Amino acid sequence: MTVLDHRHPATVPGWLPGATAPRTDPAPLLPDSSPLRVLGTEAQTKTDPALLRELYRRLVVGRRYNQQATTLTKQGRLAVYPASTGQEACEVAAALALRPQDWLFPSYRDTLAVVSRGVDPLEALTLLRGSAHTGYDPKATRTAPLSTPLATQAPHAVGLAHAARLAGDQTVALAMLGDGGTSEGDFHEALNFAAVLNAPVVFLVQNNGYAISVPLTQQSAAPSLAHKAVGYGMPGRLVDGNDAAAMHAVLSEAVERARAGGGPTLIEALTYRIEAHTNADDATRYREEAEVTAWREHDPILLMERHLRPAGVLDDELVREAAEEAEALAARMRAEFHAEPELDPMSLFTHVYAEMTPQLREQSAQLAAELAAEAEVEAR
Amino acid sequence: MTTATALRTSTMAQALNLALKDEMRADPTVHVLGEDVGALGGVFRITDGLTAEFGEDRCLNTPLAEAGILGTAIGMAMYGLRPVVEMQFDAFAYPAMEQLVSHVAKMRNRTAGRLPLPITIRVPYGGGIGGVEHHSDSSEAYYASTPGLHVVTPATVEDAYGLLRASIASDDPVVFLEPKRLYWGKSEWDPSLAVPPIGKAALKRDGRSAVLITYGPSLPICLDAAEAAKAEGWDLAVLDLRTLVPFDEQTVCEVVRSIGRAVVVHEATGFGGPGAEIAARVTERCFHHLAAPVLRVTGFDIPFPPPMLEHHHLPGVDRILDAVARLQWEDGR
Ligand SMILES: Cc1ncc(C[n+]2csc(CCOP(=O)(O)OP(=O)(O)O)c2C)c(N)n1
Repeated sequence: MTVLDHRHPATVPGWLPGATAPRTDPAPLLPDSSPLRVLGTEAQTKTDPALLRELYRRLVVGRRYNQQATTLTKQGRLAVYPASTGQEACEVAAALALRPQDWLFPSYRDTLAVVSRGVDPLEALTLLRGSAHTGYDPKATRTAPLSTPLATQAPHAVGLAHAARLAGDQTVALAMLGDGGTSEGDFHEALNFAAVLNAPVVFLVQNNGYAISVPLTQQSAAPSLAHKAVGYGMPGRLVDGNDAAAMHAVLSEAVERARAGGGPTLIEALTYRIEAHTNADDATRYREEAEVTAWREHDPILLMERHLRPAGVLDDELVREAAEEAEALAARMRAEFHAEPELDPMSLFTHVYAEMTPQLREQSAQLAAELAAEAEVEAR
Repeated sequence: MTTATALRTSTMAQALNLALKDEMRADPTVHVLGEDVGALGGVFRITDGLTAEFGEDRCLNTPLAEAGILGTAIGMAMYGLRPVVEMQFDAFAYPAMEQLVSHVAKMRNRTAGRLPLPITIRVPYGGGIGGVEHHSDSSEAYYASTPGLHVVTPATVEDAYGLLRASIASDDPVVFLEPKRLYWGKSEWDPSLAVPPIGKAALKRDGRSAVLITYGPSLPICLDAAEAAKAEGWDLAVLDLRTLVPFDEQTVCEVVRSIGRAVVVHEATGFGGPGAEIAARVTERCFHHLAAPVLRVTGFDIPFPPPMLEHHHLPGVDRILDAVARLQWEDGR
């Protein structure tokens, strides 16, 4: 007998369908009690070695990308950078689990997923560089703008997935969020809509332990964030977020389930934010160095090296190739970000509306006149 | 089609319903979503019959969650649909404010024009229907001060039809404010007339003494005031803005310059309300044509009152005529 059976005995007349018993059996929706792992388990031997090598390569490139972006911030070349250092397995697996026609809905911390999807780093980083809000073409890249207001991108993913399903199109949407974002109303509303609409959408929560300084214990009293799925009627999955192979397995399964009409999934990836929240944050105020050290031992790249070497999947050649590719990317980032960006002040008015309002026309003429006057002074 | 055969008599509610149907028939990408918009036809019946004609996919009863509704509509628009969202009441649109301000209004700009969001957000607004708390807000100033949104508000049956069609067809997001107190007023109108453009005010009555500048629920009151003013020897013009954003400064300024005296009338609170912006602009641009300061007749700066007291708050004919009387007739031209 379920809780609902106690509250609403079937003998009471007039209860509407679905009120006397749970409409969905909760048992299959519940997450496993421990996070899924693939590396170092039986499942690793059944995983395509080419996939494992690809994940490794992307991890190494991703780590270098994070390091270079962090360095660029210290040099003042980026305005701010929320690094995904330590979380690269989540980022690259997200990119790899999607097909080209699928849509990614990233948060501010997910530029690596965007870059790993194939978006140019210079374009992916305009927001954090401060030169433009969204530097890439969302439609062409099927990647939504990086979302800064927490969890607000989640309902967008639902709407897009819903529209795609109505069109009979095989597109899946993946929304990426942090643990803190799960407390926002938009997260709740998005999950509820997704389940009710049976939308082909996957929610990936990277539980990196902190929302800026606030630890998970002050964020949620749920048994796990993955358990939240059950309340909406979708499966919740718990996975080791530093195990790239496990991440890829869980994500691919959820993405393909959604594609096949099986509806949404909530995935909680257990991971750790090695760097501070951003370069502007001081993590020593709210966490112990010992905690960080412990997590460095569970690093996603280390894990792969530890388990793929003995299995003969990883060799010196791949290590060298990955390192070379990573260095090439870093060199390109250095070269391109040290150049001054081209900025057009008049573009401030171009895209507020399809057509400028009379007021904006007047204001853009004012700025044009100011710029012309400045140019005249400089020319003297 | 000749105008004579096209004339029909209907309420504003019916005209809005027809506009939705005509847009949905003309364009399969138009989808309606909101609370109770299905079998019920919305609490004001504006979506009556849409699910029956177009199916549940095109007219979707959503869960109760305004941010979720608008956020979902954003994703639908990103995919290529043209969503029309119904907010049940003015004050119940507030949960969607973050989606509206941070995404709907900014998406075109954030993406350098690559991701326009052609979403229409219909909001029944304003008082005068005896609604209890949270059912009578005039929220237009919030929307009008958010760059990236168009803010449209019809005051007549034919404008309700035409402007809603224009809003749905617009490639920019439109907050479409429906004066709920005017939903049930009937008039004869012609659906075959050209759809009016967004952003054009309409002179509803010409006059030489002063102009009442207004919109939405206050238009009929201003027209009544202009009638009553005749007894005082005043010949008042009435200008219906129809669209707050883009603001039709050109028409407003032309009318004010030719008449020289103006009163702005709206239900929304006065401090920081649209009237403040309009009065400031008119003063900046028409100063030497003005015979008196631009006055405002607005709701008081209070939360919307209980229904039994709302008539004290809402601008009425007497308050408008008092303002007209204060237009410095003795020291001006
Ligand atoms: C609606 C909203 N409130 C507050 C913030 C400020 N803020 C930015 S990041 C952040 C913490 C988010 O933590 P989490 O969701 O766990 O993601 P993480 O940064 O760990 O990746 C906060 C509070 C915001 N961006 N949006």
